Amino acid sequence: MSLADPDMAPVPRNIPDRLGTPAAKILKSWEALLLLVAVAVFILNSFASPYFLDAWSLSDATFNFTEKAMIAFAMALLIISGEIDLSVASIIALASTAMGLVMEAGGGTGLIVAAGLATGLLCGAFNGVLVTRLGLPSIVVTIGTMSLFRGLSYIVLGDGAFRGYPAGLAWFGQGYVFWVITVEMVIFVLLALAFGVLLHKTNFGRQVYAIGNNPTAALFSGIRVARVKMILFLMTGLMSGLAAVCLTSRLGSTRPSIASGMELEVVTMVVLGGVSILGGSGSIPGVVIAAVLMGLVTFGLGLLNVPGIVMSIFIGCMLIGVIAVPRLAAKLRRA
Amino acid sequence: MAEASPVPVLELSGIVKTFPGTRALDGVRLELHAGEVTALIGENGAGKSTVVKCLTGIYQPDEGEIRLDGTPVRFDTPQAAAAAGVTAIHQETVLFDDLTVAENIFLGHAPKTRFGLIDRAAMRRRAAAILKGIGAEIDPDVLLKDLGIASKHLVAISRALSIDARVVIMDEPTAALSHKEIEELYELVEELKRQGKAILFISHKFDEIFRIADRYTVFRDGQFVGQGHMYDTTEADLVRMMVGRSVEQIFPKRAPRIGEEVLRVAGYCHPTEFEDIGFGLRKGEILGFYGLVGAGRSEFMQALIGLTRPSKGVVKMGDKVLAIRSPAEAIEAGIVYVPEDRGRQGAITQLPIFQNVTLPSLGRTSRNGFLRMAEEFKLAREYTQRLDLRAASLDTPVGALSGGNQQKVVIAKWLATKPRVIILDEPTKGIDIGSKAAVHDFMSELAAEGLSVIMVSSEIPEILGMSDRVIVMREGRIAAELAGEALSPETLVRHAAGISAAEAA
Repeated sequence: MSLADPDMAPVPRNIPDRLGTPAAKILKSWEALLLLVAVAVFILNSFASPYFLDAWSLSDATFNFTEKAMIAFAMALLIISGEIDLSVASIIALASTAMGLVMEAGGGTGLIVAAGLATGLLCGAFNGVLVTRLGLPSIVVTIGTMSLFRGLSYIVLGDGAFRGYPAGLAWFGQGYVFWVITVEMVIFVLLALAFGVLLHKTNFGRQVYAIGNNPTAALFSGIRVARVKMILFLMTGLMSGLAAVCLTSRLGSTRPSIASGMELEVVTMVVLGGVSILGGSGSIPGVVIAAVLMGLVTFGLGLLNVPGIVMSIFIGCMLIGVIAVPRLAAKLRRA
Repeated sequence: MAEASPVPVLELSGIVKTFPGTRALDGVRLELHAGEVTALIGENGAGKSTVVKCLTGIYQPDEGEIRLDGTPVRFDTPQAAAAAGVTAIHQETVLFDDLTVAENIFLGHAPKTRFGLIDRAAMRRRAAAILKGIGAEIDPDVLLKDLGIASKHLVAISRALSIDARVVIMDEPTAALSHKEIEELYELVEELKRQGKAILFISHKFDEIFRIADRYTVFRDGQFVGQGHMYDTTEADLVRMMVGRSVEQIFPKRAPRIGEEVLRVAGYCHPTEFEDIGFGLRKGEILGFYGLVGAGRSEFMQALIGLTRPSKGVVKMGDKVLAIRSPAEAIEAGIVYVPEDRGRQGAITQLPIFQNVTLPSLGRTSRNGFLRMAEEFKLAREYTQRLDLRAASLDTPVGALSGGNQQKVVIAKWLATKPRVIILDEPTKGIDIGSKAAVHDFMSELAAEGLSVIMVSSEIPEILGMSDRVIVMREGRIAAELAGEALSPETLVRHAAGISAAEAA
């Protein structure tokens, strides 16, 4: 059955690029479902409180998610690649502390911001080296650095706090670009675009998916797996540094307890956005919608004077619910 | 001749199973009789594995009927199938390395004490009895990871027997076994027949089908083609039924045009895996690497492409000395390695075909680091078409393809990098005859185009049929280099096993 024999040579089959249209795929996607939920929450909120549908209060509400979302974008890539960074909130604490130290030493706004970003980058590098060079599991490494980074912050500050940041720094967390559009909102949108393009439109993004699905095959395919992961840890660190700048600017002070527990909210945002916690799949649009959704829910409950602890119960239930519903639906369809 | 066939133990009729984009089973039937071995034959993608999954409750057929002793049954879960006495030993049976042999055998149905705890003594006793029954000398208390592949297989079989199966499905049970171990497996199958079990035997190897089966059933492209008794058929008949055309010649005829030396390896050593490997590879040549499993062939190849570090040795391409420290650098140098383990090392099964094909070539399909989908589809289509890939679309995940088609994707992926040297590690292991022929033809086409091919293979016909020259490895060293007259099944086996000509005579 030599296929070189012209009589036997099969006609090459034309395999179509795709089945179905991209539009059909989008309609059935996780992101579409999330968007639906977000719209529903928006409508519910506008009925629940007369103060909701107001440009200024909506603008205020965005602070619920913008800083977390900055980290969530980088975290999404990291989780898709099969790793995780639980130290992000502690990086904020350490970066904010570094900013305070620079301020005390007389540094101006530029130096303070640079200190925050550089600290974030250094923390990311520390996590990255431990994971990629020593081959330690990232969940263990970053649980360790979670205590380490915040611990350093406590050593510096104890019960105290840094206050009296220069007025210039306030621009990041309190500034407005135009009307109700905050500086943080603009940063959020720009980062969403940048990370969306990076993950979905570049070779780097493709390699992230490949590594998350099968690191061995990715290595065999000539992908520099350790380097890609190192870059992702650096990015997550840098984004945590940026979040530290924004948060410190907004609060106007640094305490060692700053951003406590934020790492889990970031991970929740990423997972709610449809990123598989096991790695290999997920999208930036999903994370964007999840960020807005979480912001809406928090704000809506806040308007109704629901206490914070009930809010976190609600967010937790929402996470489980949104993930369980499609599976339950699939089960019902089969039965 | 129609001897009164009793009611089959298990009978499938009109089974339909569809997946998005494919009709995996299209009204197939299958009968299994007590005390007989039925061989299920078909190319990869013919629907054999799907039918096994329907029988073991992993899939539920969309249409059709499964009858056990003439009574219709439904296997909604694997547990339901097991309770009905249907058990399967899969291609890659799921066993647990860190549990003992006895625990593996009785996982999920261990004997209990009256307090509801696992009765370890009874479990060990019964495991030992089952192992003894199949003639396996394995200590039930040993951890599974301390056993060899063949022994693990015996444990898998013992596990199947421990649930008092009436129907035993063996999916490529001999794929990883040595000659001696295969003989032992045959004896075991005979024993199972004597016990009156109905056995479904899936294999690509005709010699073993003729050796062991009583009946056959042939599937092609998800459809039932025919069934009958083994004594009524010939190998040629079966192959014709499988591929829908006659097979005269398995290996392509080639007139190799061998050019100048492309690659030269000298004094390659590794602390534990291999020692003093040296050879030259010429343009347009197919160089076979033969040896027993564990001879160090794959280990050497993986060192060559920078996955592991050799302790010393030199690789030269032309006049240039290469220092390859990672697969990425090997690809840049024009050396690619198609690994043996498709699912783990070769393909990223969750990603679509086109993304798999372009993964090592992204530098060429992209511009300034940005993906260009149109270019990716173009490249993927070019190479998958050359390999006669069968798939619903290029956007289909590789995991949805049959083994043979997965292998085509993996080979296409490496060829798309336009290498100068391609190393194929067991390129046709576990794939069907049609795909095998496509891979072989393609290999000779590539050599004719001036690519240098290294083919690691443990199949003697493949080594003999494809190679211009063969290097035989034994225990990490080159045992012989054979070509022309010196190349025969006897010489290969003799050098691989380390038997001198005098001893063999």
